[in-house]
Amino acid sequence: MNGAGIGDILGMALFALRGNWVRSVLTALGVIIGIAAVIVMVSVGEGTQAELDRTISRLGSNRIDVMPNFGRQGAVRMGAGSIYSLSDDDAKAIREQVEGVRYVSGVIRGSTQVVNADQNWSTNWYGIEADYFAINDWTLAEGEDFSDRDFSGAAKTVIIGQTVREKLFGSEDPVGATIRVGRVPFTVVGVLERRGANNWGGDQDDVIFVPLETARRRLMGQVGIPPRTVMQISVGAASAEAMPAVERRIAEVLREAHRIAPGADDDFTVRNLTQIVSTRSETTRLMSLLLGAVATISLIVGGIGIMNIMLVSVTERIREIGLRMAVGAGPREIQLQFLAEAMMLSLGGGVIGILLGVVGTWLTAKFVALPVALNLQVIGLATGFAVATGLFFGYYPARKAAALDPIEALRHQG
Amino acid sequence: MAGHPVIELTDIRKVYAEGTPAEVVALRGVSLRIDHGEFVAIMGPSGSGKSTLMNIIGCLDQPTSGRYLCDGVDVADLDATGRARLRLRKIGFVFQGFHLLSRQTALENVMLPMAYAGIPRHERRPRAEKALAEVGLADRAGHRPAELSGGQQQRVAIARALINAPPILLADEPTGALDTRTGDEIMALFRRLQAEGHTIVLITHEQHIADFADRILVMRDGELHEQEVAA
Repeated sequence: MNGAGIGDILGMALFALRGNWVRSVLTALGVIIGIAAVIVMVSVGEGTQAELDRTISRLGSNRIDVMPNFGRQGAVRMGAGSIYSLSDDDAKAIREQVEGVRYVSGVIRGSTQVVNADQNWSTNWYGIEADYFAINDWTLAEGEDFSDRDFSGAAKTVIIGQTVREKLFGSEDPVGATIRVGRVPFTVVGVLERRGANNWGGDQDDVIFVPLETARRRLMGQVGIPPRTVMQISVGAASAEAMPAVERRIAEVLREAHRIAPGADDDFTVRNLTQIVSTRSETTRLMSLLLGAVATISLIVGGIGIMNIMLVSVTERIREIGLRMAVGAGPREIQLQFLAEAMMLSLGGGVIGILLGVVGTWLTAKFVALPVALNLQVIGLATGFAVATGLFFGYYPARKAAALDPIEALRHQG
Repeated sequence: MAGHPVIELTDIRKVYAEGTPAEVVALRGVSLRIDHGEFVAIMGPSGSGKSTLMNIIGCLDQPTSGRYLCDGVDVADLDATGRARLRLRKIGFVFQGFHLLSRQTALENVMLPMAYAGIPRHERRPRAEKALAEVGLADRAGHRPAELSGGQQQRVAIARALINAPPILLADEPTGALDTRTGDEIMALFRRLQAEGHTIVLITHEQHIADFADRILVMRDGELHEQEVAA
């Protein structure tokens, strides 16, 4: 005679919950929603984080961009011509005078129509120098990179992104084919690896690349730009540690080259994209922390719901508790039974919540197009939360039931 | 086995709200010895202290002073858990209101105390079926209390009280909610159980019911008196 086993206690608890199953489900609803919310939020948070990490790695290792400064110079608002404050000479100066620089490429860009036979597509073009793909860690899937002669001779060669390839060629082999870019025929020499969407939702594969000089002569058309100017200079630093020094030194070199008086504003901006993305990733972390807090609150509300119903249940079942005590149930057994009921409500709610959360995560990925990452830790964490909720909010009602006086309980009316 | 005491009360006093203006003395030094195999009825009007006495005998309550040996165990030393263990092993309760769990079948109700006693699962059903057969309800095992008559419900409760084979059967107004004929049937069942060797303590305020017992005790103002049995 060692008292009721845990199997008996669980059986009694389950029986009691089944007898009032609508109430049981409604009570568990708070936990169901809380847990489902935790799963979806954490999954989206983790997914976004993973996506950002991928983006950072895709931005190219240690990439620094130099852009013209669109703002003002001193008190004078600059006209449109000021966007051409950078030139090949600046690129050369950076390459020669800044220590810790590995790659440099001037860039100009625009958009145009590309045509292959009866297929046409509107896309962005970039005029680049030889280091550009190295700076961006971008490799070719097919064909070959531009040769030195393509760059020096302003050859009409083009490397296309995967989206452009699909739009113009479908399943055909594009390498060696001739396409029209704007009005000019170009030979396709290579196709880039797929990169997917960037951090801002843009399609990074919807792009074509031509040599810088070719772009100046053939694609700028009537827009025209001063000779030797570039719209941007991309720089690859030798290491992440070198980046702050490289950024500082680039600014010094350019100020000197542009003869900017001390105290005057720069006519260029040095940007480190990795920093921008890191800031975004901080924001994402904060967001998921906030959402996690909301989910936790809903879980607490769910727990209070369980406590409330358990207290009602204890009051309703005073006679039953008295009878159980009379036939030999000790305080421990009564307490365990009510604790088991609370635990089943929260754990059962947790399991249903996990299922709903997994489905919700899947739907989010499918229809809201947010990146998600569902992992087992989240599910383990959610289960732990559910158990903790049941234990915490079930303890007081169970104690109350166990502390009842059997005589009073047996005599209780109603 | 007669002559071996199952219940031994020595100078039991029970005072409620002791030391306050609302102080009530429910038991004023009650001494009582009930031997194994006896059938004892305790009578008395309401407020006489007979419920208090029953609660103490049933280990649901503790005396303010005095000594109670329940089948040889001193109850004074026990906490709530210890008293629950003692009730489990020593006492089978039968109540006026039956106190069956309404959502469970007769069989499940009878099986309940075995769960707390830690009887192996596979032994419970055959034992409960046997107990129900002994009270004449073998064919009602699968029915819920609401589907049974009052007399049948009380038989289920008696089967439940006997299931852990306790030395004492404590019945508190067991016929109070039944008509006379059904009540008499229940009392006949108690007599049979006594013949089979059970010790029965019956609380009642009806002389007619008390007359089924071998020995009648009367509570009056917290004191216990032996009543001469007219037989």
